[in-house]
Amino acid sequence: MGIRERLSGNEAVAVAMRQINPDVMGAFPITPSTEIPQYFSTYVDNGQVDTEFIAVESEHSAMSTCIGAQAAGCRAVSATSSCGLCYMTEMLYVAASDRLPITLAVSCRALSGPININNDHSDAMGVRDTGWLMLFAETNQEVYDNYLQAMRIGEAVELPIMICQDGFITSHAIENIELVEDDKVKAFVGEYNPKHYLLNKDEPMAVGAYATPTYYMEAKRQQAQAMIDAKDVIRKVGAEFGEMTGRTYGLIEKYMMDDAEEAIVIIGSSAGTAKAAINELRAEGKKVGLIKIRSFRPFPSEDIAEALKNVKAFAVMDKDDSFNAHCGPIYAEVCAALFSNGVVGPKGINYIYGLGGRDVRIESIKTVYAELDKIVETGCTGETYRYLEVRE
Amino acid sequence: MKDMVEIRWHGRGGQGAKTASLLLADAAFNTGKYVQGFPEYGPERMGAPITAYNRISSERCTVHSNIYYPDYVVVVDETLISAVDVTAGLKADGAIVINSGKSPEEIRPLLKGYEGKVCTIDAGKISEEELGKNFPNTPMLAAIVKVSGIVEPEAFVKDMEASFHHKFASKPHVIDGNMRALKRSMEEVKIG
Repeated sequence: MGIRERLSGNEAVAVAMRQINPDVMGAFPITPSTEIPQYFSTYVDNGQVDTEFIAVESEHSAMSTCIGAQAAGCRAVSATSSCGLCYMTEMLYVAASDRLPITLAVSCRALSGPININNDHSDAMGVRDTGWLMLFAETNQEVYDNYLQAMRIGEAVELPIMICQDGFITSHAIENIELVEDDKVKAFVGEYNPKHYLLNKDEPMAVGAYATPTYYMEAKRQQAQAMIDAKDVIRKVGAEFGEMTGRTYGLIEKYMMDDAEEAIVIIGSSAGTAKAAINELRAEGKKVGLIKIRSFRPFPSEDIAEALKNVKAFAVMDKDDSFNAHCGPIYAEVCAALFSNGVVGPKGINYIYGLGGRDVRIESIKTVYAELDKIVETGCTGETYRYLEVRE
Repeated sequence: MKDMVEIRWHGRGGQGAKTASLLLADAAFNTGKYVQGFPEYGPERMGAPITAYNRISSERCTVHSNIYYPDYVVVVDETLISAVDVTAGLKADGAIVINSGKSPEEIRPLLKGYEGKVCTIDAGKISEEELGKNFPNTPMLAAIVKVSGIVEPEAFVKDMEASFHHKFASKPHVIDGNMRALKRSMEEVKIG
């Protein structure tokens, strides 16, 4: 039985970091870096961890610090959000291509402009093609649990991993949480024993070398393979975590999907609000369900196609926009997943929602299901690229 | 207590409405409840109206939205009554608790026809007298606990004492004042 606590999402991540005791934290210590380095720095100061805390002048340097530390053979961590993540972008690619399993906590927030500090997924979605593993959380419990699993996953496939939660909505909200005991966390996460590392005097090596056209593409192909291999690792680590805590995780979570005729596909904290909406609609006899994407990278193409194949209509919820006059990123990937897996029956629409902290209520989600009702009734999707609850 | 109680706090930046909502979450958590405590973030600046929320329930609540139909509203700064629609969506079988030296009868006409319970507590005065400074937090917290019955008063007082000992470990002289403010507020809150 775990430890009953109540923590904010940012506190929960800091506690997970304390329990893991990573070797190095490279972090920009003020906003938009999140409260995580601030909480963690007190553990460093109190001697509760022996992590080397390296405060730097920018997120670009924070990630560079992590890259250097992880390449040397350390476990390196950082945390950021919003424009801080943008500022890291160049080095995110380097971390992934150097195959360094750094762990980065992201409290997802909007990007300017207009200037806004609140939650949406623009920051995380903006770096979705950097080659990082990306897990998203609905609750404080999930962001904590994901963080405890992160290093096992990243280190197994030698890819860096982002542990994302919704800025403010979970990062600054207190909720009940069940913590895992310190000794169990240490045993579960284990020691980091990299195969190759810079400080190994017996194996001189270069990291981040130039690759001519003769080699560059092979390096990328291997990176792609690691991402493919990560699917099974995420399932395996999620199952093992379940044996320890009773909370089992996969690539997606299905809610009321067994007989669902209408479904929404969603990511992050609004999944919980949607579950409450589903409970109310189910009480009225409506066959509605939900698919929550936990692993956005790797993208659970087969799982989503399998889960959606029998629904009549679905809506994919994107908390950011690709501004392509077409659809948001999750919709694009869900449709590609269906098409490549031979699922062509269900009719799908896309909603851009919750931008810049626009509150997502039970009623908001019910509006989406009401639209799906119409599509099932008429057989016609109408405009597939829609904005939810916006003044026009 | 109902299966789920939802509370909305209105304060001004710097007055500690957010902290009070987190303290209430703590108090309910300590009696075995599921809690949520969260502020609504805007362009933060001293004195600007801010809102914070609590959900307190016997089962885990999965909803992550703001609260539109609260059971209770707490107004930490009386001047907000004319600036913010403090009773918006407030349930008629609930209550509003306002930091004011006025009586509930004097306040009610300012509340746009709200028909539920109107409660007042002079948290500023209690705080000045017991703590020597205007920290309306503790008395407001005690008042909403008394009015809502979310936590048993005795358990609440005991719990707060423990938490003050922890929180003010480095300045024990403020513990007694906070405890007196807490108890006075529970006795002096006027329910109309």
